[in-house]
Amino acid sequence: MATYKIVHYINQFFAGIGGEEKADIVPEVREGAVGPGTALEKALGEEYEIAATVICGDNYFGENLDTATDTIVEMVKQYEPDVFVAGPAFNAGRYGVACGTICKAVEERLGVPVLTAEYEENPGVDMFRKDVIIVKTGDSAATIRKAVPVMAALVKKMATGEEILGPDIEGYHERGIRVNYFAEERASERAIQMLTKKMKGEEFHTDLPMPKFDRVDPAEPIKDIKHAKLAVVTSGGVVPTDNPDHIESSNATKYGVYSIAGMDTMSPNDFTTIHGGYDRQFVMENPNLVVPLDVLREMEKDGEFGELVNYFCTTTGTGTATGSAAKFGDEIGKRLVEDHVDGVILVST
Amino acid sequence: MKLELGKIFIKDIQFSDQTCVKDHVLYVNKEEVEKLVLEDDKLLECHLDIARPGDSTRITPVKDVIEPRVKVSGGEIFPGMIGKVTPQVGEGRTHALDGCCVVTVGRIVGFQEGVIDMSGPAADYCPFSKTVNLCVVIEPKEGLETHVYEKAGRMAGLKVATYLGEAGRNVEPDTLETFETKPIFEQAAMYPDLPKVGYVHMLQSQGLLHDTYYYGVDAKQFIPTFMYPTEIMDGAIVSGNCVAPCDKVTTYHHFHNPVIEDLYKHHGKDVNFMGVILTNENVFLADKERHSDMVAKLAEWMGLDGVLITEEGYGNPDTDLMMNCRKVEQKGVKVVLITDEFPGKDGKSQSLADTCEEATALASCGQGNATLQFPAMDKVIGTMEYIENQIGGWAGCVNPDGSFEAELQIIIASTIANGFNKLAARGY
Repeated sequence: MATYKIVHYINQFFAGIGGEEKADIVPEVREGAVGPGTALEKALGEEYEIAATVICGDNYFGENLDTATDTIVEMVKQYEPDVFVAGPAFNAGRYGVACGTICKAVEERLGVPVLTAEYEENPGVDMFRKDVIIVKTGDSAATIRKAVPVMAALVKKMATGEEILGPDIEGYHERGIRVNYFAEERASERAIQMLTKKMKGEEFHTDLPMPKFDRVDPAEPIKDIKHAKLAVVTSGGVVPTDNPDHIESSNATKYGVYSIAGMDTMSPNDFTTIHGGYDRQFVMENPNLVVPLDVLREMEKDGEFGELVNYFCTTTGTGTATGSAAKFGDEIGKRLVEDHVDGVILVST
Repeated sequence: MKLELGKIFIKDIQFSDQTCVKDHVLYVNKEEVEKLVLEDDKLLECHLDIARPGDSTRITPVKDVIEPRVKVSGGEIFPGMIGKVTPQVGEGRTHALDGCCVVTVGRIVGFQEGVIDMSGPAADYCPFSKTVNLCVVIEPKEGLETHVYEKAGRMAGLKVATYLGEAGRNVEPDTLETFETKPIFEQAAMYPDLPKVGYVHMLQSQGLLHDTYYYGVDAKQFIPTFMYPTEIMDGAIVSGNCVAPCDKVTTYHHFHNPVIEDLYKHHGKDVNFMGVILTNENVFLADKERHSDMVAKLAEWMGLDGVLITEEGYGNPDTDLMMNCRKVEQKGVKVVLITDEFPGKDGKSQSLADTCEEATALASCGQGNATLQFPAMDKVIGTMEYIENQIGGWAGCVNPDGSFEAELQIIIASTIANGFNKLAARGY
């Protein structure tokens, strides 16, 4: 009789159901281990059993994110597992994202420790490394034999509550969480040793790799402003007065696109700001201070530029995670290109 | 410049009729010390207490920590503050009462005054949990302006430390070490095959109670200059600041600057330690630009191959740290930074307020946002009244029994950014 219960999540391919043509299958549960779960169960030993395996098609999961997550969490819940494992997903992108998503949801909603395994270039790694322990794997299923013992060791630690050590020791992708420890030598001595290596051109290891900022080169100047189509994009939190998309006043997770068709000015009856990082009083009285529609309409009439696109894009730019901001930028950029916009006035506050 | 530093090991402090050192015990005449402190009419009351390692004792709010030292020859201790500014210090012979400290305690000046626990989990993070501490608890006059109170507290500590240091003047030290740095060309010629290394020492000078003094000069008011490393061992630099407790470079830490101590250990072996470039952390952009330019200029002019840079404080000074790093590297001088990190309680946010591409080598002094449980102590020297407002505490963090939860930030010098401790942070 096993002491610890595991629930395992795999996709249609690893369940042996089929490849791309079966990627739209809905979530299902099977008792016991399936596919890679068999090897994992063996590595875990007699005290552990995979009580159930949840199988879901990658496309189904990706296209029905919320429903699929809700359904799978409910399936997992019934078995009351000690640990939840997803994957390994290796370099399969949709599968990797599904593993990360479901792991995060299971941990948050059920309080069960979770584990997945992916190749470093799998998009699921960057999306979920801060939230989920993701064991390092090679880029194909051929590397499964290496991954399974590492996963098994971590599952055991999670089940028994033993301390999980650093990423290099345990074999998972660094989560970017800064944790204290007492070093063998004080920082001044370690720094001198680092410096002597750096001066000699030898390899050295910094304690804190500097984050790389995502810098974007400015676009070429507009050649013919008289015929250019312009748009306004702002992080100043200007939204219709009822804030229909419920954009947050801080750490926004969404942006809005709102029509200005037929308007000559941003009326305070129609628009407000929900930004939590500046004194809103003046903008609530006159939203043109952030979305300068009044002046732009005059310039448009005077032929100083071609035309203004009939909407503006907006979000809140305070306490907003850079990950969210990058996502908004990508999506807004694509839309503006599709609408043949030549230039953007980006208003920050 | 050559300094002989004699250490007299102190194992205990006891009150007595006469202030003296005998058989590794510092005997202190309580009345004389209290009288000395109360010479300053801005202070109403003073009382002394002794805290020993292992005691169930908490000391808070702590202003400064100072080791008693005396100049046996060559200048006077704490030049410009207590002693005369000339002759300059860093030469001759100095005696230190090693293992004991003067700790100034009293009603809060700024919320940046921290906690020393003599036992329990917080003791692992604080160097002054391992020293025998003479606590000088001061009570200021009503309505004293904070800057005036800060100065009175600062001077009280320095005066007491100087008075106690005198007790070691004629005592044979247990160890005698010699530190020497020669004038630039001689020093360069001494170890021609070793890389020439300097230390860029950034002094806290943001103002508004964030000040440091060099020969009595407010560090805001100087431009970067060269300092012989031995000057610091005679009290040329004195703390006058209320920076976050975990980051506070106390006057003790200036005496015991770890970068200087460790560079001397490597001197002549794998590096040629050329000296110290002293700079500051002013808040005005023009100062930051001018002073980082000058740091880089001095590093180039000294012909350095590498430098270590330390800062005091976090946030705003991170910009000075990075400007110094970038400009010194651009002169072709290799840089290693030493600093601490503030990535939030969960450790998931960015550790520093500024970065630069050249910052490829950094030795971490730990992350100050991690939280710790502080058990109740049998005795409190000072007052627990301000814990919730002190940096690292929060509203409701103190329990009725006197135990509390707080970030490591509240512990004096726990993540001090000059590399004094073994605490470090790594990525998980």
